[in-house]
Amino acid sequence: MRENDDGQSKKKKKKKNVVFVTVGTTCFDSLVRAVDAPEIKQDLLNRGYTALLIQMGRGSYIPTKVTFLSCISGSGSIFETLRLGKPLIVVVNEGLMDNHQSELAEELAERKHLLCARPQTLHQTISTMNLESLIPYPPGDATPVAKLINKYLGFLVD
Amino acid sequence: MTMVFTFAITLTVAAFTVIVTRIIYVVYKSSKPLSKLGPQSVSTLIVLGSGGHTAEMLNLVAVLQKDKFTPRIYIAASTDNMSLQKASALEASLVDERDDETMSKKALFMQIYRSREVGQSYLTSIGTTLIAIIHALWLMIKIRPQVILCNGPGTCVPLCLIAFFFKVVGIRWSSIFYVESIARVRRLSLSGLLLYKLRIADQFFVQWPQLQRKYRRTHFVGCLM
Repeated sequence: MRENDDGQSKKKKKKKNVVFVTVGTTCFDSLVRAVDAPEIKQDLLNRGYTALLIQMGRGSYIPTKVTFLSCISGSGSIFETLRLGKPLIVVVNEGLMDNHQSELAEELAERKHLLCARPQTLHQTISTMNLESLIPYPPGDATPVAKLINKYLGFLVD
Repeated sequence: MTMVFTFAITLTVAAFTVIVTRIIYVVYKSSKPLSKLGPQSVSTLIVLGSGGHTAEMLNLVAVLQKDKFTPRIYIAASTDNMSLQKASALEASLVDERDDETMSKKALFMQIYRSREVGQSYLTSIGTTLIAIIHALWLMIKIRPQVILCNGPGTCVPLCLIAFFFKVVGIRWSSIFYVESIARVRRLSLSGLLLYKLRIADQFFVQWPQLQRKYRRTHFVGCLM
């Protein structure tokens, strides 16, 4: 769970047609508000999503007509979602200073592993998104680091 | 009077020269692989940090040869509740794999005061960093690790500074490996920048090629997560 989690995610679970919106441990009202907009809800409906699950974190904006609200602590990071193979939209919180995590989201978006948006552009992203164009994220590998460390220390590798 | 004064000046200059020469030697020697044949095993200090830092670090520990990097000492900030739990879970799973528990040295888990909390003003951070350094010194004297693994949380800076100091004065020669976090694509973190510029890390790893192009003494290793 990142303390300064300033990249928030929207995950889409195709089987159950649920859109999961999480803000981690932060306050990101502009995202919750953006997602609560009727145009976005309509777009999601048109694409076959029937439920919107919002984890609000420390936010104070309460979405309208909420029948099911889940408060999930310890939200997954971007990589947890990518590993699960779920389509992901990362909405960057420009309200936080030194938003270094947007670098990661932008880089992964450039490599087509996820979509990147801001609260203001979220509607446009959802209406124009082509989830089939997303490339699966190859799993990470820590063995190159281990090899270099072993080499430096003079350990023979099996 | 002037003789004493001259003597004091000469002594100061001599001491300064010795220290600077020693530091240059330490930095030079650290940039090269260990010249000794690989030791049997090395005591390893693993620095954990909130959120992604710990996940990345444990990913790395998982692929290390456990009999070579032992005993393993995990250290996290005192306000960090999750990291040591996760490390403990990893170590517990390793014990299950091994049949002979007596062969393995037990892993240790420690806590350290934080230099700076997220969002803390840089002014008050000076004071808290000093306290953190004193606490780090106390812990490092006890642990004296041969290897340090860290990936960016503020807690690693005092520890690495002290490890470097130990190298210079000959208390313990440690190899410091720094892996910059995967979230750092174009710029280094503050911790990373410090340890890179001051040449305190023996080997500096980055997960994105852009960083390797920008900081030529780093090693590109791809994504860990």
